[in-house]
Amino acid sequence: MSWSERTLLVDATTAVDEAREHRQAPTWLIVWGVALLVTAVLYFFHDLWPWAVTYPEAWYIPLRYWVSDFMKWLINSFDLGLFTFKEFTRSIAWLLEWPLDLAGGLLASGFELELGDENELYIPRLSWLAVTAVIALIGYQTGGLKLSLLVGGCFLYLVIFGQWDSAMVTLSSIVIAVPIGVVLGVSVGILGFRSPRAERFIIPTLDLMQTVPVFAYLVPVLFLFGFGPVAAMVATIIYATPPMVRCAMLSLKQVPTEIVEFGHMVGCSRRQLLWKVQIPSARPTLMVGVNQVIMLSLNMVIIASMIGAGGLGFDVLSSLKRLRIGEGIEAGVAITVLAIALDRISQGFANRPPSEHRDASEHFIARYPYTTVALAVVLLTSVAGAFFEGLHTYPEQLQLTTGQFWNDLVSWINVNFFDELEAVKSWLLLNVLIPVKRFLLALPWIGVVGLVGLAGYQLGGWRLAVFTGSLALFMAVTGNWEKSMISVYLCGISVIIASLIGIPIGIYSARHERAHRVIQVIVDTLQTLPSFVYLIPVVMLFRVGDFSAMIAVIAYALAPAIRYTDHGIRQIPPDLVEAGKAIGCSRRQLLWKVQLPIALPEIMLGINQVIMMALAMLVITALVGTRDLGQEVYIALTKADTGRGIVAGLCVAFIAMISDRLISAWAQRKKKELGLA
Amino acid sequence: MAPQPHDPGDLLITENQEELEMKAYCRSVFLATLLVTGTALGAAPESKDPIKLTIHDWTGQYITTHIMGRVLEEMGYNVEYQQADYIAQFAGLESGDLHVAMEMWETTGKQAMDESLKTGKTVDLGETGMKAIEEWWYPLYMKEKCPGLPDWKALNECAEAFSTPETHPKGRYLGGPVTWAGFDDERAEALGLNYEVVHAGTDAALFAEIQSAYERKAPILAWVYTPHWAPIKFKGEWVEFPRYTEECYDDPKWGMNTEKAYDCGKPRGWIKKVGWKGGEEKWPCAYQAVRNFTISNQAMGEMVGEVDLDGKKVDDVVENWIKNNEDTWKKWTQCS
Repeated sequence: MSWSERTLLVDATTAVDEAREHRQAPTWLIVWGVALLVTAVLYFFHDLWPWAVTYPEAWYIPLRYWVSDFMKWLINSFDLGLFTFKEFTRSIAWLLEWPLDLAGGLLASGFELELGDENELYIPRLSWLAVTAVIALIGYQTGGLKLSLLVGGCFLYLVIFGQWDSAMVTLSSIVIAVPIGVVLGVSVGILGFRSPRAERFIIPTLDLMQTVPVFAYLVPVLFLFGFGPVAAMVATIIYATPPMVRCAMLSLKQVPTEIVEFGHMVGCSRRQLLWKVQIPSARPTLMVGVNQVIMLSLNMVIIASMIGAGGLGFDVLSSLKRLRIGEGIEAGVAITVLAIALDRISQGFANRPPSEHRDASEHFIARYPYTTVALAVVLLTSVAGAFFEGLHTYPEQLQLTTGQFWNDLVSWINVNFFDELEAVKSWLLLNVLIPVKRFLLALPWIGVVGLVGLAGYQLGGWRLAVFTGSLALFMAVTGNWEKSMISVYLCGISVIIASLIGIPIGIYSARHERAHRVIQVIVDTLQTLPSFVYLIPVVMLFRVGDFSAMIAVIAYALAPAIRYTDHGIRQIPPDLVEAGKAIGCSRRQLLWKVQLPIALPEIMLGINQVIMMALAMLVITALVGTRDLGQEVYIALTKADTGRGIVAGLCVAFIAMISDRLISAWAQRKKKELGLA
Repeated sequence: MAPQPHDPGDLLITENQEELEMKAYCRSVFLATLLVTGTALGAAPESKDPIKLTIHDWTGQYITTHIMGRVLEEMGYNVEYQQADYIAQFAGLESGDLHVAMEMWETTGKQAMDESLKTGKTVDLGETGMKAIEEWWYPLYMKEKCPGLPDWKALNECAEAFSTPETHPKGRYLGGPVTWAGFDDERAEALGLNYEVVHAGTDAALFAEIQSAYERKAPILAWVYTPHWAPIKFKGEWVEFPRYTEECYDDPKWGMNTEKAYDCGKPRGWIKKVGWKGGEEKWPCAYQAVRNFTISNQAMGEMVGEVDLDGKKVDDVVENWIKNNEDTWKKWTQCS
């Protein structure tokens, strides 16, 4: 999505250079040879110019202190005239608290109303029966009986496995965060669509929002919005909104010109054109954005619980802290189940044909049959719940748990297979991980910055070279070089292994319809199950350290490698495959000579996403004791050191951006060579 | 979040709290009960605004906070529990977003607490009576492989017994998260210990590894602290280092290594309560009660065990304590 906008930029420069470059191939070899040679010399003779190998401390720019001081000023002294900045953010927090309390009261805790001095009126929350029935009804309306059964079943899981109370706390914050995120996202998207100048500012901001780890901005958010569920919701919105903006801009641009022209012809005003023509026809892509907002909001559940959101995320964290692995898994699965239910409903909405206009003179019931039924259900179940307690609060005796099973399973593996696992782990550590780490740490910073810049120049010209080179330089200048290199090492190895596993699975999935369906479910689960859930069992089996971190990163980053490979091969124009068959390719030749080369740009974008995911996991792996940028961000969080966290967070973002720009430029060029662009 | 739907008050005297909660919660569905609140004990609260107590992620703190919360409710105050990070919470305590933190350990939080007290916006609410112990710990079965323990001098002879393939022939010591600042790297160096210090990223990861090793009777040397469920569940001992003194950390000349500091064990220390300064004027009696709160390591250890090992609910354990220790907490609530 993001690259397609960028490609326009890259396009212009590459088109000019292209012809020239082909002739200059030998020159490139020489340039790279020289650059590598210089780097190698510095690597082997590191005493020659020590400042070129290890960035001298005296040259550090104290950026993190500037950031901290700036934040202090913002919070304590920034005055907007009538009120201070902090008062401004606090009043936003106060505003947000209203809907949040309302949803929380309705779904989770009930309401307590003060009546005079001594009296209180208590109105209970909706019963489990009412909520489940309403959600099943929404399912029926959007996707028929099948969807209704699926989402109803999801909510029954929450009831039967005793996750209801926490799930409703989580749901109530999602129900508020998602609409706010969507409205904000669409408005910014419209702004970016209408004004190219705004767009130039919006896109880099989105890149930063998506790549700076959440932990890095939690501290400022806490300062500005206060402790508690509101701050957690603000962080969730910051994290979950960018895809909505991108989808909005993209979808509005993609509206066929014929439709827009038609709008002009019938005399639409600018506003009418937007709301009656462009947005309705952009609906499918907009709904993809909505779906992403939901999924990302649920991704944030664990982190949000660290700053006071409570709910399922808190259950996962607290049960894992007590090593109740089973309970942690059940609460984690509850998050996945919630995600699946909301995801399918939002997809159902996306695929639904536009609703017909109803005759306003019709009776309310005839006009809104579903709303009427829903209201009736809520009313009936509430009355019934008043007489039969079990219908309001699901009785504890009827709850199921598989907690003990999971605990026993992990113990059993631990006792019986530890030695075998240990052997594999030790081999990998001693022969791959540790040597790579040492090698990367010993590389001279000047050489790395130079090589990154050179790659940028070859793939995208001067602009890209300056961009990538200066981002790399930033890491050295702010004193985060060593930690950045450890991050590169951990992510790099994880990305390679994830690709080695994911691409073959993706190829298999693309060629076998049955396997495809099973693999999709697994991929969905991997992406929504909170990583903390499997992090702790992994530590039990592989000890604290880089290896455990690597496994967690791979598990999380595998999904895009599978998805994009599958998608890339399926997208190949059928005539190309037919042509391959016609000239007598065997099945294997078809794969290696036709399908893979053509799908390669798409696969590379998948790998790009793998890198993004791996970097996103860095902060989580800090929880099992790595010494990388993730740890730096995490330390900053626990010490409430704003500047330190943001600077380290920017380093993570910059690693992501460097690889994103280089890979996108490369994929673009490859596509053009293959005649697909 | 909206407050929990249960209600302190007159009814409490006549009815068991659990039953009351159940009834308030269930029977009242849609019939919307009217409950009359009043003050059960002593004078009316100075303010009905909720007092926000912070909760962190370890069970002991959860229990102390909930005991305090229950007592404040008995006094007629409104109480809210707010999840917050152990160190990051100071920002909230200073601004008045949060009001009382029940456990600040000398061993891990002293620095942050001193800094915060200096701002004048927070106030030291006294010790909890619990004593924190944190030290290098090993399970008892390791004593067979290393009979010289618990004396720290035996550690070097047993380095190999405590090693893993990555650290071999050095021993491996699993320390706490880097943020706990236990000075273990410095300690190993100052005492000439042939050990590699590995830092767990979180409390959870630390105890996950200990449990894993314990199940297999495998070698492990790690940072364990109490009050915590681990030393109750796992049979083991703390290594005995030279006794901690302040000079040992500050003055390199002190102790057996005359060139380096940290050649001694970790400090054992108080666990204190901290609060937002402004609360003192807003809820003077409540703050007095928080100051009066004390509990022993023994009592706390047992309750933590009941929750983490026997799987009881925190609320039940707390309620039980409130029922059985009325004389104790009634004394805290006296306010002049």
